[in-house]
Amino acid sequence: MTDTALAVARKGRGDDACALSPLPGSDDMLAGVGYSTAGDWFALLKPRVMTLVVFSGLVGLLVAPGHLHPILAFTAVLCIAVAAGAAGAINMWYDRDIDAVMRRTSRRPIPAGRIDPGEALAFGVALAVASVIVMGLATNLVAAGILSLSIGFYVFVYTMWLKRRTPQNIVIGGAAGAFPPLIGWAAVTGGVDVMPLLMFAIIFFWTPPHFWSLSLFAHADYARAGVPMLPVVAGAKETRRQIFLYTLVLVPVTLLPWLLHETGAIYGISALLLGLGFLASVWRVLRDRQDEAGVSLTRDAPARAAFKYSILYLFVLLGAMAVDRMAG
Amino acid sequence: MVPGTKPKDPPHLSRRDSEAMGKRRRGRNLAMLVVLLLLAALFYAIAMVKLAGTSMP
Repeated sequence: MTDTALAVARKGRGDDACALSPLPGSDDMLAGVGYSTAGDWFALLKPRVMTLVVFSGLVGLLVAPGHLHPILAFTAVLCIAVAAGAAGAINMWYDRDIDAVMRRTSRRPIPAGRIDPGEALAFGVALAVASVIVMGLATNLVAAGILSLSIGFYVFVYTMWLKRRTPQNIVIGGAAGAFPPLIGWAAVTGGVDVMPLLMFAIIFFWTPPHFWSLSLFAHADYARAGVPMLPVVAGAKETRRQIFLYTLVLVPVTLLPWLLHETGAIYGISALLLGLGFLASVWRVLRDRQDEAGVSLTRDAPARAAFKYSILYLFVLLGAMAVDRMAG
Repeated sequence: MVPGTKPKDPPHLSRRDSEAMGKRRRGRNLAMLVVLLLLAALFYAIAMVKLAGTSMP
């Protein structure tokens, strides 16, 4: 599919002088490779995913003991953002075939034919290398090392190895998204401690209920692309059960920083209340009205609500952690 | 190019497509200029901070 799209796009570039002959598809397809906008290149960086990565990395910086010059702190966060974007670009290069058949991703710059896959790969690799080097120069080698590990984990372990092979893809692959607080902490301290590992664990256990809530109402896309997301392989009923079980593990994990006296009551009470809210949300997912096959009779309204809540949950939880540490 | 073959004609673009292509190219170039200027400023700032933190013998 992608190859077809790209063939059409390349054709549109002018090899056959066919630009005057309208081709089926969008104007962008007609325009073809080389006609990309700056916005297309920015879209390769998956800016929406970057938001959470930047925020969690920033919280890692803020809660770490010690001081980092604001310019170096800004550089560290920028490197985390660029590295996440680079990994996203490489992911889009590798997944261009399945992106082309998924409705949610078919308009991305590569499957739409606006950016050549090879150029996207070069863009991603260049940004990845640059972000690691600048991180090493601005902060320290530990932070740069963890940053390179996170890029490698996302690209090789999640994208290339797990994503198309196992329904546990986002459980293990979710670790890639849990690295930013470790990197932020290491940028300040030059090492790793209990607190950033707890933050890693929180994001690690948050990822499955977050993504599986999404996949409950987007599984047709994944099925079409042959990606073995849990609802595709094990069914919606089992997915709802797994979402609930992972949230049951997540909530006690979020309380550990408080119980281990790494944070104070501001964070502890916030984590407790937010956790109860998350449990109530995923309980509604579990009890969603469904037919015998587990197909939702409410158009997955509880799953959509849980997905939205999970994003708010992590932002507020990490925000409370930063406020607590700075107030203490 | 294979020896003995004629080079292909350049692509024929309509005026509208040609203008659209030029507009996009200018947009990309401008974005690249902004990114390079910001990077230069950032590297300068990093160098200053690092130098300030280095004690002279």
